[in-house]
Amino acid sequence: MLHTNKRRALALLAAAAVAAFSGAAQAAANEQFIPLPTYRVGPYASSGLPWWGGLLDYYRYINEVEGGVDGVKLAYKEFETEWNTDRVVEVYERVKGGQNGSPVAFFFTHSTPASYALIEKGAADKIPLIDPAGGRTESTDGAVFPYAFPLLLNYYSQASVGINFIAQREGGFDKLKGKKIATVYHDSPYGRETQAAIELLAKKYGFENIQIPVADPGNEQSPQWRQVREAKPDWVFLRTWGVSTPVAIKTAARFGFPVDHIIGDVWAGSEADVIPAAAAAKGYKALAPFPGGTDFEIHKRLRKSIIDKGLSDLKDTKFFGSVYYNIGLINAVLSVEALRVGHKKFGNRALNGEEARWAFEHLEINEARLKQIGFQGLLQKLKITAADHEGGGAARVQEWDGSRWKLVTDWIQADRGTLRPLIDAKAAAYAKEKGITPRDTAKE
Amino acid sequence: MSQLLAPPADFTGLSALLNHPAPIVLHQRRWHGPLVALVLAAVLLPTVANEYWLSAILVPFLILSLSGLGLNLLTGYTGQTSVGSAGFMAVGAFATYALLVRVPVLPLPVSILLGGLIAAAVGLLFGVPSGRIKGFYLMVTSLAAQFFLEWVFSKFPWFYNYGSSGTISAPHLEVAGFNLNTPAGKYGLVLVFVLALTWVAVNLVRSQTGRNWMAIRDMDTAAAVVGIPVYRYKLLAFAVSSFYLGIAGALWAFAYLGSASAQSFGITRSFQILFIIIIGGMGSIAGNFVGAAFISLLPLLLDTLGQNLFAGHVDAGLLQNIQKVIFGGLIIWFLIKEPDGLVRILSSIKERLALWPLRL
Repeated sequence: MLHTNKRRALALLAAAAVAAFSGAAQAAANEQFIPLPTYRVGPYASSGLPWWGGLLDYYRYINEVEGGVDGVKLAYKEFETEWNTDRVVEVYERVKGGQNGSPVAFFFTHSTPASYALIEKGAADKIPLIDPAGGRTESTDGAVFPYAFPLLLNYYSQASVGINFIAQREGGFDKLKGKKIATVYHDSPYGRETQAAIELLAKKYGFENIQIPVADPGNEQSPQWRQVREAKPDWVFLRTWGVSTPVAIKTAARFGFPVDHIIGDVWAGSEADVIPAAAAAKGYKALAPFPGGTDFEIHKRLRKSIIDKGLSDLKDTKFFGSVYYNIGLINAVLSVEALRVGHKKFGNRALNGEEARWAFEHLEINEARLKQIGFQGLLQKLKITAADHEGGGAARVQEWDGSRWKLVTDWIQADRGTLRPLIDAKAAAYAKEKGITPRDTAKE
Repeated sequence: MSQLLAPPADFTGLSALLNHPAPIVLHQRRWHGPLVALVLAAVLLPTVANEYWLSAILVPFLILSLSGLGLNLLTGYTGQTSVGSAGFMAVGAFATYALLVRVPVLPLPVSILLGGLIAAAVGLLFGVPSGRIKGFYLMVTSLAAQFFLEWVFSKFPWFYNYGSSGTISAPHLEVAGFNLNTPAGKYGLVLVFVLALTWVAVNLVRSQTGRNWMAIRDMDTAAAVVGIPVYRYKLLAFAVSSFYLGIAGALWAFAYLGSASAQSFGITRSFQILFIIIIGGMGSIAGNFVGAAFISLLPLLLDTLGQNLFAGHVDAGLLQNIQKVIFGGLIIWFLIKEPDGLVRILSSIKERLALWPLRL
């Protein structure tokens, strides 16, 4: 009896496997396939959950309320990766052929290491890789990297916005001369990525550049903050990630460094970064290309047609309007707006990667459009071109008041002109190493 | 102090698992037919398999099998525990990268082999403590190796050619004018290395060296008494194991991911490889392939099944967590049913099939 049961179970499993791998073919509707590598389980799930909440809520809003993008429904599908680069690569390979006749227009990598791993595959398969405020800095140069889009704010611009904010507070760039700015960073590729940019800016403005690494995971930082106290910097630029952020804020308080002179980076500026630090975080500031909050127009629309109707992907709606939720919203709206641009040129149908690249490279979102789509104040003005895959290069600064993030500045523009030669040099070195002939972006 | 140096021989738990005697088969009826068919199928596969199967399923599966093989030589055959496998993979990857970038005249396979040799040298170095310490204490030194190597490759920019984010990527994959930058090319490269190294391993464990390793694993005092230079053979096992792991690391970075950083070879990768050999079967060559298939393919199968059967009906986060529960449950079930690993289940099925018409 046991044996027959076992055999039956095996047969069932085999049949299911065959069914799963072949995939039932369906009639192709007018829909755009959007694969989403997600991380709802694993160590980063706490930031992943609100992120997909925002992303999916916006896509649902587009599908349910607006009837799709120009009538083309968004057929999004999740693939769990646990923020694991090899799983992201596997998902990419699995989905790149499209689904039910719809090609893949773009692929959100959702992780800088995955952006690195996929950069050559994306170029070979002609699928744009979208990684807002992340990715490979030099892929801003669209001539060498036609299929990589580190949209909004690359790592160099993040450093530059941080320095510009400090200059604003000090009363002008001339006041930076002789000041000391310490960067406390997570000792990883992410943490080191801004070093070249800050070095250049230090030379330009004459401030002293102090770099202090924190080894991963960074849950003990007394030596670093003792070093900070000895160096007596005027400002600290905090480029930590995960647990190292609240620990840094708490340790700074213990060593008597004023929290209102610490500027957190984009990835050190969510609720999860400050709530564990409790009172010590009050007055802490962070760069916000994705500000937190629910006072924006789009949140009103979403509350009415998604949240209140129980259509939200969020299990717990207290995350509605959190920083990661809003990141999801912004990622979603960037992709939707790009699809609209593509539809104007290629017609209202599913786009392939090549068409979507054209669309992203002609994406322009101005104030009027921001107002229309309800993202005014939440998203910056944006103009992406074939030569410039970043497009924006600005962030606001938000301050933690003990219970929520409050925006304290308008959009602060990065000094992109100064940093672009650094990016071009690195892109040229990459092109030489890989034997790529940069395309002529003026012709696009 | 003496207790520290020589833990009791009847160390329970893991070491009982390690000390399971491998059957020394004197007369083995070689059953080459299916094996040859399997190899032939693997060689002919690129003509029928699509790109997804080649580059997202078979390549990582083969590379993980190879790293399992590397660790199995050390742990399953010689009885030296290690959780530093990923560190040695990193050495292989970064050494190969350094050779590719700085000595471009070397052909790709030579660079990979030299990268493996450099990993072997590093492995030898970290094998030195095995002369004095055993069991769990040795495992702790390999843990130190893991963290040290990871730190080295993110700390010193020389290793990643001063790139901004500590990531290495292969400049070009080319052998004698053939462009290997296609899914079939990469699969071919991996297959050749895996087949060749598996063949070497099969012969190695059947040779005097392999017998000495197993003698050391089963009881090192007895091995010393019969005249086996225990320390030298332990070091040799570390070197050979690291050579395999180094090559696996280079292939992982360049033939699978396309780029890698120190984080690609973290402690979780080491555990993954350890699980491959525990689940597949310690002291078995075929077990590595079975274990790698289990560890790398089963989550994908579960994911695909979940996607196609339940997507839309069950909450996505819940579905993911259920998959983890099923995967963990299967691991426990298999280990209870067959502590010797999946390969043992396969061989008992084979024995049953041989008797099949008479009795099932």
